Amino acid sequence: MEFFKQKTQFNFMEMRKFTAAVSLIFCIFSLTCLFMPKGGLAFGLDFTGGTQVEVGFSQPVDASALRELLDKAGFGDSRVQQYGSTQNALIRLAKQGDEPADALRNKLNALFQQLDPKAHIRAMDVVGSEVGAQLAEQGGLAVLAAIAATMIYIALRFEWRLAISAATALCHDSLIVLGIFAFFQIEFDLATLAAILAVVGYSLNDTIVVFDRVRENLRKVRKGSPSEIMNLSLNQTLSRTIMTSGTTLLVVLALLVFGGQSLWGFSLALLCGIVIGTYSSIYVASNLALALGLDKKAMAVRKAANDDELLP
Amino acid sequence: MNKFHWKLVGLIGMVLVAALYSLPNWYGEDPAVQLRSLGGDALDGPLKEKALEEKISHALKEAGLPVRLTVGEELLLRFKTSEEQLKAKDILNEILGEDYSIALNLAPATPPWLASLKAEPMKLGLDLRGGVHFLITVDVASIVGHRLESLSSELRQELRKEGLSYHSLEYKQGKLHISFSDAAKENLAVDFLRSQHPELMAIKPVEATSLEFAFTEKMLDQIRNETLEQTLTTLRKRVNELGVSEALVQRQGLNQVVVELPGIQDTARARDILGKTATLKFLMRDEKANIQLPAPVGSKLYHDRLKRPVILKNRIILSGEAVVGAGSGFDRDGHPTVNIRLGGNGIGLFKQTTRDNIGHQMAVIYVENHNNKTRETVISVATIQSALGNNFQISGLQLNEARDLALLLRSGAMPAALSIVEERIVGPNMGQDNIQKGMLSVKVGLGLVIFFMTVYYSLFGVLANIALAINLLLMIAIMSWVGATLTLPGIAGIVLTLGMAVDANVLIFERIREELRAGASPVLSIQRGFDGAFSSIIDSNLTTLIVGLLLFTIGSGPVKGFAVTLSIGILTSLFTAITVTRALVQVSYPQRMIKRLQIGI
Repeated sequence: MEFFKQKTQFNFMEMRKFTAAVSLIFCIFSLTCLFMPKGGLAFGLDFTGGTQVEVGFSQPVDASALRELLDKAGFGDSRVQQYGSTQNALIRLAKQGDEPADALRNKLNALFQQLDPKAHIRAMDVVGSEVGAQLAEQGGLAVLAAIAATMIYIALRFEWRLAISAATALCHDSLIVLGIFAFFQIEFDLATLAAILAVVGYSLNDTIVVFDRVRENLRKVRKGSPSEIMNLSLNQTLSRTIMTSGTTLLVVLALLVFGGQSLWGFSLALLCGIVIGTYSSIYVASNLALALGLDKKAMAVRKAANDDELLP
Repeated sequence: MNKFHWKLVGLIGMVLVAALYSLPNWYGEDPAVQLRSLGGDALDGPLKEKALEEKISHALKEAGLPVRLTVGEELLLRFKTSEEQLKAKDILNEILGEDYSIALNLAPATPPWLASLKAEPMKLGLDLRGGVHFLITVDVASIVGHRLESLSSELRQELRKEGLSYHSLEYKQGKLHISFSDAAKENLAVDFLRSQHPELMAIKPVEATSLEFAFTEKMLDQIRNETLEQTLTTLRKRVNELGVSEALVQRQGLNQVVVELPGIQDTARARDILGKTATLKFLMRDEKANIQLPAPVGSKLYHDRLKRPVILKNRIILSGEAVVGAGSGFDRDGHPTVNIRLGGNGIGLFKQTTRDNIGHQMAVIYVENHNNKTRETVISVATIQSALGNNFQISGLQLNEARDLALLLRSGAMPAALSIVEERIVGPNMGQDNIQKGMLSVKVGLGLVIFFMTVYYSLFGVLANIALAINLLLMIAIMSWVGATLTLPGIAGIVLTLGMAVDANVLIFERIREELRAGASPVLSIQRGFDGAFSSIIDSNLTTLIVGLLLFTIGSGPVKGFAVTLSIGILTSLFTAITVTRALVQVSYPQRMIKRLQIGI
């Protein structure tokens, strides 16, 4: 099977001004969502601290009935979510006092058993608020370090323009995924953070493959403007891009559907990230590299320098 | 055989080894109960062991619990289900009492021949097997304060001895303030302190004739590390008593400790034991008392760890709070010693008593308060050689005894206040559920990838799929072999790697197609396809690997679990996609003249 019987000749760079604008708008929109007063990321328990309980029931239970029950017992403002099945519920308790976790657990167990005698607490997390700040800091640091380290690698192996372009694409991808999570107020926890980092890894992978072809073509193809060579490279790697992002999307979909509640945020972030990462390899990374003035000379000079180094 | 055949043999051999080391995961683990005598030795000789075995088998048979016994360093009882395991633990607790440590355990069900090859199944994280997770913050700052405060009384003496009279010397808010009557004294004092106390550093003077001192960064690091190490040792000891054999007690960051107790559901008890107190006391030996007779008034009978009796006087000459540090070392003649550093108040009596009792014996007692019961064990009896001061040595020990004693002295009292800042409970059903969901995702993900690769690349797709399966096998083998812990995010990492691993093959196959379209011969196309795609594959995988390794270094919890499988997956996929696929292609097209490649075009 082939996606394209003929050699494709899409003019990707034709739309470069339009897509640059679109990317910019999305980035600004994401930033607004993230830094809007009363907006921002809906941080999960890992970051905010608090108490979260997962309950299993022997029969389907209505979320509103559960909410009512909690209200009456003095757990107002609790958030009840149901994932996948109506026999399970994830309850995020509003800040409680200094009650020890085990006492709270017994209390809640008794409460749920009013609704269903066979109800049982499947998991319970109590996280102190100071832990969260630390984790957030650590996570932010990890993303920045990852971007910086790969930038250095690309600058050494390729060229500084490509390094900056790739790094920009990575920031673009993580920013928009964060923006989506902020806009829809989807819970952002540690696993989601891991997903953002995986997105950085994936998007980078995709970008490098395109850049590698660009490097090769800039050295090999004699005629054509940088923009034409960019188009040629993108067309040559198009089947591969579709196939790889396709298989990766499929497995991530499998995770999203079958992975259960704990992996839901993780899979969703990956899903968005893979789509955006594929787009950004073309329209952010390649686009920016051109705008920064990538041309044959850039690669030729690099090559000569490399050859010099190799001589004794 | 030519070079290629040898390579093929090597590959097949490697796949077999990987399969062998992945195999234990297929057998899984049995819920088990582990029995150890608290005397520290194995189960006290063969006779007693046999009797014990029969006693246990009998009791469990009566309760209707089928069990498989294994005798090794300790007695291991395997059960079919975790309910049986829990019931058995209760029964054993009743019939055996306090002399044995009875621990819940998951014993690998690996057959003996596999176990003898050191093949073991992957460890499962808490999210997959259920249990409790605590994150504990250690209050290091207060320890630093204590140390500085106890140093202040030492400094007073030292300065006085040097004739450097000071106006005032006090400890205030994490710093030592010293003021002098004139500048000349101050300069002399600074010189003295600089030479005698390199652990201190002068902070800017507040007034002309006053100085402020605090510990240097290096000293702070040292105190922090010592405190954390002591806390870890104590926590490990306590966790062992909780009866969890595969507990994790690990330092995290500057001043935190992670405690993970798989299989435990009773957090109240766990909290209780982790926070329980233990102290030390120093007593004089009652040398006149006869061991055969009841202890005289004012004395009491104690036992050491080997159950040897010793009679000690009741008067406490020093309590454990006074021990601020302990380490093992050697004296001038090369004999092992334990060096003890005392501080704070209440050492006056100790100094006086030791001065008056040179040549007599002194004992160190380890006191544990546990479930409202007090257990006292003699950990050392030594002869006093000279009057003892703030620093003294205990000698006459074997090397390992000295190490153990130093450890016990250090871990006796929990050095710093602990606060539990995070507590997570994962029910056993939840763990099972997570495993099932994770496995389902792996199966579905793998199935989809295999389907699409076959449809799109025909025979080459099948070859890539075989490489993918080998990749999965290698990942499992490596994770089992290095003892990595599998968590739910880790499974997600495996699933993601499966999706991304085909990328290398996709790159190679697309290149081959390009060459074929350009009119190159099949053999040349294969050659150029593998060579041309190589730099893309290396660059893209190396950069992703950099991200994975960074995640592993910086991240914690789920981030780390994910990073482990991602990084291992990248390495194995690099190998399988290039080497294994290439070998498979060569096997599929052995003849020199190939007319057509079944690569989907």
